[in-house]
Amino acid sequence: MSLPDGVQRRTIAGETGLATRGKPVYGEPTDGEWRRWDPSRSKVGSMIESGLDTGLEAGDGVLYLGAANGTTASHVADFAGPTYAVEFAPRPMREFLGVAADRENLFPLLKDARKPETYAHVVESELDCIVQDVATTGQARVANLNRRFLADDGRLLLALKARSEDVTRDPAAVFEEALDTLEAEYDVLDTARLDPYHDDHFAAVATPK
Amino acid sequence: MTENAAGWFESIPPDDPDAAREAIENGSAESPDDWPAQAVASGFAESESDYYGTLHEATRHAAREAVEERERADDQQLKHAVRAMDDAERTANELAERLSEWAGSVYGESGGGVDYARDVAGREPSDGVEERIVSLAERVVSLADERDELRGFVESNAPAVAPNLAAMAGPVLAARLIALAGGLDSLAKMPSGTVQVLGAEDALFAHLRGNAPSPKHGVIFTHEYVRNTRPDERGSAARALAGKLVIAARVDHYAGDRRPELDAELDERIERIRTRGGQ
Repeated sequence: MSLPDGVQRRTIAGETGLATRGKPVYGEPTDGEWRRWDPSRSKVGSMIESGLDTGLEAGDGVLYLGAANGTTASHVADFAGPTYAVEFAPRPMREFLGVAADRENLFPLLKDARKPETYAHVVESELDCIVQDVATTGQARVANLNRRFLADDGRLLLALKARSEDVTRDPAAVFEEALDTLEAEYDVLDTARLDPYHDDHFAAVATPK
Repeated sequence: MTENAAGWFESIPPDDPDAAREAIENGSAESPDDWPAQAVASGFAESESDYYGTLHEATRHAAREAVEERERADDQQLKHAVRAMDDAERTANELAERLSEWAGSVYGESGGGVDYARDVAGREPSDGVEERIVSLAERVVSLADERDELRGFVESNAPAVAPNLAAMAGPVLAARLIALAGGLDSLAKMPSGTVQVLGAEDALFAHLRGNAPSPKHGVIFTHEYVRNTRPDERGSAARALAGKLVIAARVDHYAGDRRPELDAELDERIERIRTRGGQ
């Protein structure tokens, strides 16, 4: 699997793993301009580690749904192009603003990912990638609603937290159902479990139908 | 160009951060478009990189202002509001009782409560005594209306202050717990056994003096999961609910994001308590 330009496997502080170039955000180890991308703190990082072909490339236009305090969004913005980051909760957004201040291509939006019409006047069309990292019920439905931002050959990277959908059900069954929902708008290209980095998390790579 | 197809930068000057904030926050569009190219074509930006620079400033400014505004809806305001709501209710009821006694002696009726006060408040007084009675009834009505307004305020603000706690407990109970604890931070630091008996301090201290059994629940009794669980399992239900409420309060205080799985875990737990041991 080739890594996007701007992402490298490097040995930092005695450990080899993914790294991007940018100002450190969460106390991660650094080596000159490179900083470690910890897959157990980042769904996208663990997708790459688990061998999924994310299709990410340097300079991609990205819509990141569920940016939280910006851990992953900061790594993505390190190698991507314009990166629109949607987060609904004010407190993580406050931390995220510090991350965005250091990255010219990162645009924070305090918006609800279930209501794309409230940010479609800001986020541009024909993006290369949507990262769906919103842990709420109906995670696949959120991905479907945001299909409108993606180019026809763009990719959806969906991280699904089974416990957010229904704690009482078998995580694998929850994931199956989410994939069914996704089929309304996308063709699923590949899937993976994000163990051991994230318990009961699944990931899917999909492209618009 | 239809109105739907307008980007946030339409009809605002490039160097007005507050106008940009207003447009980003309140604007909308059904579909996205090639906004960078349109912004250059319309003269809003000189180049796409110039556009992205302006967008970076504008989105950060908009998000920062919105975050500050949302965080001003803080736990202390909620605490005052829910206490005022309870005071308004208690005072309205107390005055309604006085009114019913007084008005009954003059009109020869036996009505009571806020509804009766509404009735009396609409009357035309015919002498000095009736004037005082009708005026008192008007006070009762406006106090009851104020209580309703305060409840509306609590209901709309609690989810912003404590999204998980408000979803799990309901906004009013969430606000009461925050008020009894003295703030969201104190609530987040409490052991769940304390939260379980918040609002039952009299019973708790009677128990500690050795005169009474330990209270099973405080204000959380108003929660459906305690009230509608059969009496012999109520203690377990109250303990389970208090445990999850504290976790919700901690998530709200330390992280602030909404985690629906917490509600689901509680639902499941209560379901198990209610179905165990037959019935």
